[in-house]
Amino acid sequence: MAEKLKYALFTGCTAKESTPEQMMSTMAVADKLGIELIELTEASCCGASHLQDYDDFLSLVLNARNIAYAEKHGLTMVTICNTCQLNSAMTKHRLDNNAELKAKVNAKLAEVGLEYKGTSLVTHFLYAIIDDFGLDKIKEMVVKPLSQFNIAPFYGCHNIRPSELQNESHRTAENPYNPTSLDDLIIACGGHNVDYNEKNKCCGFHAELQAPHTAAVLTGNAVAGAMDNNADWMVTPCPLCHLKLDTQTGHASQAIGREVSLPVLHMQQMIGLALGCSYEELGLKHHVTAVDFVS
Amino acid sequence: MSRETVTTQEVKFNVFRFNADDDYLPYYKEYTLEVTSEDVVLDILNKIKWEHDGSFSYRRSCRHGICGACAMKVNGRSTLACKERMMDMIELFGNEMTLEPLSVKRAVKDLIIDKSDFWEKHAKIDPYLVDEIDETPEHENLVSQADMDKLLDADVCIQCGACHYACPAVAINEEFIGPAAFAAAYRFEIDARDQSNNARLEIVDQEKQGVWDCVKCFECQEACPKDINPIEKITKLHNMIFKEGMANNDVAARHAVGFERSIKKHGILDEGELVRYSEGNIGVLKHVPVALKMFKKGKIVLPWKMPKADKLDEIKKLVESSSTVKY
Repeated sequence: MAEKLKYALFTGCTAKESTPEQMMSTMAVADKLGIELIELTEASCCGASHLQDYDDFLSLVLNARNIAYAEKHGLTMVTICNTCQLNSAMTKHRLDNNAELKAKVNAKLAEVGLEYKGTSLVTHFLYAIIDDFGLDKIKEMVVKPLSQFNIAPFYGCHNIRPSELQNESHRTAENPYNPTSLDDLIIACGGHNVDYNEKNKCCGFHAELQAPHTAAVLTGNAVAGAMDNNADWMVTPCPLCHLKLDTQTGHASQAIGREVSLPVLHMQQMIGLALGCSYEELGLKHHVTAVDFVS
Repeated sequence: MSRETVTTQEVKFNVFRFNADDDYLPYYKEYTLEVTSEDVVLDILNKIKWEHDGSFSYRRSCRHGICGACAMKVNGRSTLACKERMMDMIELFGNEMTLEPLSVKRAVKDLIIDKSDFWEKHAKIDPYLVDEIDETPEHENLVSQADMDKLLDADVCIQCGACHYACPAVAINEEFIGPAAFAAAYRFEIDARDQSNNARLEIVDQEKQGVWDCVKCFECQEACPKDINPIEKITKLHNMIFKEGMANNDVAARHAVGFERSIKKHGILDEGELVRYSEGNIGVLKHVPVALKMFKKGKIVLPWKMPKADKLDEIKKLVESSSTVKY
């Protein structure tokens, strides 16, 4: 194998709190694939697509600071949350294309001895795997193909939209109206990818507190769409979509007037299963909707 | 393009057909057509109407992407039929395509929809300049370029409805004003000449209909054929609401503010505290059943075990020095 892949890992907050299984499976899979992840322990919350509504400039400063730490390592920043990806990549895009704004942000960062240069790429782990590691290599490494399963990919908004921004962050061009990366990953893991209308739609996570009905209907529609197309389970690259689909199907069922529920795996857990990682290593016990097909 | 370089391809179109007067349910009719590299989507619609079925109905007018009449969906992607090149669509979707109205649920006849909800919401935000006009002015009222720059991109909206009908919050919540009208609200609210005293901000600040119910899916930005970026305008309306001190003391505003509080304290987000702060001590109770299920699965970090980011002092310092607004 060529030079070992190495990235700066921006874990995001849920990996430390409500989705511990996401952190566990990320590390387990990176280990299996021989990818080195340097955790950015200094990183702050990205603002989760809400902070910028309150204070846009503060959101830029904090995200620029996170990226500045990846730059210090001279590494690409890898995210494992779609919303972290959006906020980080959006900050990078705005600063790289606006010298005045970059100077204003850097004036603040200078107060703590940091500088945002724009030298590190920001990419989601899904695309780092596809672009840099390669799905063919994953396919070769699969020891326990997922051939018994129909798996519904749930892409999550903040990895595919806005497409112009997202497609700056990786080489694999993604069509937000017909995304394929996660489908390709399912196939590489030996599974059967399920096509359904909701795969590129919103899960409702970001409106859960302010617009609970809207959020619950979106969750319900997503799970119902996967179920109606004979999915055995769903897979997502986003821990926020995961939280919504895994823990909120009670509200969702009420909202759409129909019982819906499916096990939902993080993308890392799906890869881990195919590569032979154990139930414990992948943190599968941390799911509210039981992952009962793995023992 | 010279005639010599024109290429053709066969494409199968599944076309949404429905006549509210005669049909109980819509259906899809298949047409297989030769598409040339010179065709835009509108040429295909014309071909279907002129060569196959004269009853096929759609709106069209300017053919220059400025009237907004021909907005429709190709494989779920909103577009202006007169602007979108077929070869680009083939590159994106291959040689089979579904042509649909912007909203299947509001279809009247084939691709023609009832846009009354769009216009009602547009009217709701007073989409005009509010000012006492001097009927006999003695000089021109000049607006600086810097002031115009703030509204120019929002001003090119052609009211095609692409973003409005791509918005999932609009589809679910009938009260939600929607991205097009929000962008228009921003366009007039930021206008240096406007004297409406934040009247539009009051409207978009209300729950259920206002900006707070946006689900942040970016469908509107993706759908807009004029690159208006409605969700960016929604963010700016949020910012204006906070800057004007108009944000209510409610779950929506506190949810946005809560991130700053949490980042200041832990560097990262304290998820439990964010929900408690946003909802208040009583409102938070409705989350207890799900929280208990999560707790049993090790998905809740107790307050005294809350992890902190390294170099928290640095983060605190930056939050204090970079903060531009108070709540």
